[in-house]
Amino acid sequence: FVFLPSYRLICTQTCTQLCSDFASCCVNACVCLSVKFIPDFFLPVPEQSQAIVIYTGWERHALVGSDIRLSCSFFSWRWTSEDVTFSWTYRPDGSRDSISIFHYTGGVPYVDNKGPFRDRLEFVGNPGRRDGSILLKNLEFTDNGTFTCDAKNPPDIVGRPSSVRLLVFEKVPIQAGVITGAIIGVVLGLLVLIVVIYYLMRFLVARRVFSLSVSKHGKKKKEGSQQRQGPVPPADPSKIKV
Amino acid sequence: MLFILLGVLILHLIILILLFVSTAVSAWSVGGQKSTDLWYNCMTNNGGYHCKPASSEDWIQAVQALMILSLLFCFFSLIAFLYQLFRLVKGGRFFFTAIFQILASVFVMCGAIIYTVMSPDDASITQFGYAYVLAWVAFPLCLISGLIYIVLRKKE
Repeated sequence: FVFLPSYRLICTQTCTQLCSDFASCCVNACVCLSVKFIPDFFLPVPEQSQAIVIYTGWERHALVGSDIRLSCSFFSWRWTSEDVTFSWTYRPDGSRDSISIFHYTGGVPYVDNKGPFRDRLEFVGNPGRRDGSILLKNLEFTDNGTFTCDAKNPPDIVGRPSSVRLLVFEKVPIQAGVITGAIIGVVLGLLVLIVVIYYLMRFLVARRVFSLSVSKHGKKKKEGSQQRQGPVPPADPSKIKV
Repeated sequence: MLFILLGVLILHLIILILLFVSTAVSAWSVGGQKSTDLWYNCMTNNGGYHCKPASSEDWIQAVQALMILSLLFCFFSLIAFLYQLFRLVKGGRFFFTAIFQILASVFVMCGAIIYTVMSPDDASITQFGYAYVLAWVAFPLCLISGLIYIVLRKKE
């Protein structure tokens, strides 16, 4: 039967600068994208490739002053042990140093009480369900940066930490597709409106509700001017051409 | 007469195909191993081929909208042409067809211009891809086709 390979991007080096665009990242280093895992239950997994796989988002957007939940979960071939650990580290934009802001071990969450997130960080995960999410409250502009989650599920400890980038905005940028849809909708709407008005005018002129001077124009206009089949009153000698 | 009709129709179909390819394929900017805009930014790494949705900046959304509109209007003009072919009075001009076709060409022009002006000059090797070239090729063809429809008259 068919063996599906598990698809994974391999990094040879870490990114020297972190960005959300492919272009700037790959000047002299390869991009470390989030690991993509395709479960291949049919394939007997060799011992070396068993590893813990950690999922966070890729990027999160938030408004200044709001709260945001950074989620982190993992996949492991083993049952969730009691010694499962989660740890979050934070690296501000433009800095090379990461600081540790959260650690969960031995069933107890330890929250940052000295660093930039003191009193603003809360653990909202459920380790029993492999969820190590944290809640950041009252966001500031200085919170822009990369949050890395590392989870370990003993004895399954080999894994690559996953990062989520936080972008804090004054106002939420317009989502993809909103402007596109709006422009298309407006133009098509105008088109429909123009067509409706055109036929309405023709209808009203034909019924003599309006007495536009179109009837005189129609005779003076070039005879070859295009004309659609429309409701023409049967006994109408003036032959209105719009 | 039949040849003119066939030629005009084939030109219209070619324009429709060009617009469709230019809109649907994400190859407005290419460089090295990446191919970006309008819909996806894709890159070939030494790990594999990875795509993510294109950036949702205002101007990219505007270009998307204009390309889709031009495609729709070209399609409407084709329908209008076929309709007017059978229903137009003898000696009449293909007015509606021409209007839609010229509007389509204007939209393509606007989309291509916006993309030209706003596309970022990256450090990495980025050039304009074939979808961009197709858009610029489609614009004069569409305009010429629209003008042909204005001039064309239905004969007996």
